[in-house]
Amino acid sequence: MKHTNFLRPLAVVLGLALGLPAQAGTYDITVDKVRIDTGTFKKNGIGYNGSQTPTILHFQEGEDVVIRVKNNLRESTSIHWHGLILPFQQDGVPGISFNGIKPGETFTYRFPIEQAGTYWFHSHSGFQEPDGAYGAIVIAPKGGEAVPTNRDYVVQFTDKHPHSGSRIFRNLKASADYYNRAQRTAQDLIEDAGAEGLKAALQDRKMWGAMRMMPTDIEDVQGFTPLINGASTQQNWTGIFKPGEKVRLRLINSSATTYFDVRVPGLKMTVVQADGNDVKPVVVDELRIAVAETYDVIVQPREAKAYSIIGESAGRTAMVRGTLAPSEGMVGPYYKMRPQPLLTMADMGGMMSGMDHSGMDMGGMDMSGMDMSGFDMSGMDHSGHDMSGFDMSGMDHSGMDMGGMDMSAGMPVVPSEGAPGAAFYAPGSGLIPTAANGGKFLGYEDLTARKPLYRDRPATREIEIRLTGNMERYIWSIDGVKYEDADPIRLKYGERVRFKFVNETMMAHPMHLHGMWSIIDTGKGAYDPVKHTVSVAPGTTLYTETEVDAPGQWAFHCHLSYHMAGGMFRKVIVEGGPS
Amino acid sequence: MGAYSKETNHMKKLLLGTALGLPLALTFTSVAMAEVGVSPTVWGVRTDKLEYRMGDEENSFAWGFEAWTGNDELRLVWKSEGAKIEGGDFEEMDNQIRLQKPITDFFDGFIGIAASTPDGAPERYYGAFGVTGLAPQWFEVEAALYVSEYPYIGAEVEYEGLLTNRLILTPSLEVSLPLADDPAREIAAGGGSVELGLRLSYDLIGRSVSPYVGVNYERAFGGTADILRDHGHEVDELTGVVGINFMF
Repeated sequence: MKHTNFLRPLAVVLGLALGLPAQAGTYDITVDKVRIDTGTFKKNGIGYNGSQTPTILHFQEGEDVVIRVKNNLRESTSIHWHGLILPFQQDGVPGISFNGIKPGETFTYRFPIEQAGTYWFHSHSGFQEPDGAYGAIVIAPKGGEAVPTNRDYVVQFTDKHPHSGSRIFRNLKASADYYNRAQRTAQDLIEDAGAEGLKAALQDRKMWGAMRMMPTDIEDVQGFTPLINGASTQQNWTGIFKPGEKVRLRLINSSATTYFDVRVPGLKMTVVQADGNDVKPVVVDELRIAVAETYDVIVQPREAKAYSIIGESAGRTAMVRGTLAPSEGMVGPYYKMRPQPLLTMADMGGMMSGMDHSGMDMGGMDMSGMDMSGFDMSGMDHSGHDMSGFDMSGMDHSGMDMGGMDMSAGMPVVPSEGAPGAAFYAPGSGLIPTAANGGKFLGYEDLTARKPLYRDRPATREIEIRLTGNMERYIWSIDGVKYEDADPIRLKYGERVRFKFVNETMMAHPMHLHGMWSIIDTGKGAYDPVKHTVSVAPGTTLYTETEVDAPGQWAFHCHLSYHMAGGMFRKVIVEGGPS
Repeated sequence: MGAYSKETNHMKKLLLGTALGLPLALTFTSVAMAEVGVSPTVWGVRTDKLEYRMGDEENSFAWGFEAWTGNDELRLVWKSEGAKIEGGDFEEMDNQIRLQKPITDFFDGFIGIAASTPDGAPERYYGAFGVTGLAPQWFEVEAALYVSEYPYIGAEVEYEGLLTNRLILTPSLEVSLPLADDPAREIAAGGGSVELGLRLSYDLIGRSVSPYVGVNYERAFGGTADILRDHGHEVDELTGVVGINFMF
């Protein structure tokens, strides 16, 4: 056993072997106002235990934990244990699980640790999480890690913005493109005209302009400094290794709104866990971590040099570098950011369905070369279309559904165009990631549960969750209804529910169901990956199944802070079951 | 116009300010009390003109701003526009309070009251009914009917042309079409006036502070222009402008 770095788990393993009762650990957390310094700017924020470096809680599977949270803020706070299976009163969502923690008050959480893996915790009050209230949870499994390693590091990402969360929200409500500094400009028009011809460049703009949508609308909030474990690129978080050692990196994305593409140039990453649940090892070059997800990867640096951990925002507006090195003070190389992607019509797919195009003049529009595969036009109202001069030559209609027939229903997700990691994007999407070195990019289709958590059985019913919004007004909702106007979703204890997520917006939404697991349908039956947060790409439909095994009431929402605050949120009530 | 009427004017403006400020201030307090998943009341202030105008005959200060508070369903908006001749009168002073509600994905409808209270001319009060929003191809438009004894139609179009993501060229057009004669204000029915602007701004600090330079051209047409000529006034005015816009 290579557990030399982990005396505590070793002791517990010994304890278990000797038949000792589960230990009860007591942990103290203070919630403090802190001054956050990113090296490029300083701001007032919130930190746990008085620090901008996220606190890491180390638990042991089977342990009964007592966590005392002291609120030193002048406003109410809360801590949600993201991904932990626990009694709902301990889940930490004000208004759903409990009443929050008042200023000056100490709240004691008590719950048993029934799982192992990498998780995190954060405030569920106001915009405290984007303001800095987040930390990591590492739970050692009873029998030791399935894949033992020599080193073990939490690598927790965030998108630290100079503005406070409430100011960001207010600005987005005033102007949805407030933070979009990657918009297409006159200069881009000139460049595109040079590359594609002026006519094509103008027509492209006309098309997006007619919809009043921006192909650059990938990251709502730009202008942030990404951090790894509270450290910016220049502050350079460093993990130490000896050449040849296996290093486990527990990647956690605690960002308010940013997806990161993560890689360690020069090394393969073996993904062994997703959202706390072990998966069959997959070797990749790069992966995209949605907001609130976790991935455990193992790297094995063999040379005595500094390697970089690179986290590049999916919209390519910001990047952070941390270092893996044989000694402190070494700095991994910095890489140039890749070009900014643009959304395509495929990402609009979900939006077009149900959209009223009456009166839209498409005369003279040349759509040759446009890839409309997977473009679902069901429910589209074409009355009043002037389509004279509409040149559709060369248009790829494969998979185009204009008959009001939903082809995605009940069909397994098929990887498109052979691109790795593309299966859970709309075919032809501008968001499909590729590895920087041209190698393997992880996709949900690559995730296979190491051991089934539940026996496979047919779902008792399906619930459709349409992810909806109005980009221009920055309104976010589910089924077109915001949380404050919505009835709770009612589930029955003991049932297995199939959720059909239909993303009708142009943005990816990391959907998080509290208290119960979300099993993504990747067509692997009992071996489908088990997650707590599932990213639904624009213009796609994705299915998850949930064994309803946790009584009480739970939160269910998009984990992008400003979408959640805007109303892309539901209360889920589980009726029946043990009380 | 004597000192007395000027004073009442100032009193009126003060009252107007208080009447607007109070509901604004009240709604501000709810921002901090946001509940989970419930969209908080938000607010904003944005100028689209705050400038010094240099003309052939005189210089003036001009402003245009909107302050609003509310939520996704309803907004209370205070819209103000005006111009003050340097060392002289407020030649233009327009204030509106309106309730604005989404009517389509991209447009709000609004109703409100509007007051036009420049110095040296009789005051006019209107009921305002209109729409404002984003038209295809990114034109920000507004059109409204102002109802009173002296009704008129007002319309605005603005386009933000991104030279770069921070250097922005904004052409704007403002049209006002009177539907009735108002001789006391040198206005004839059907004699419209047009204001054209072209402003080049640079976002210096986020979108909060954006200095700009530009030109502004105003012209009266039809019967209104005739009246102005008869009174020996110019029918058009071209000014160079320097200004700074704020958004917070």
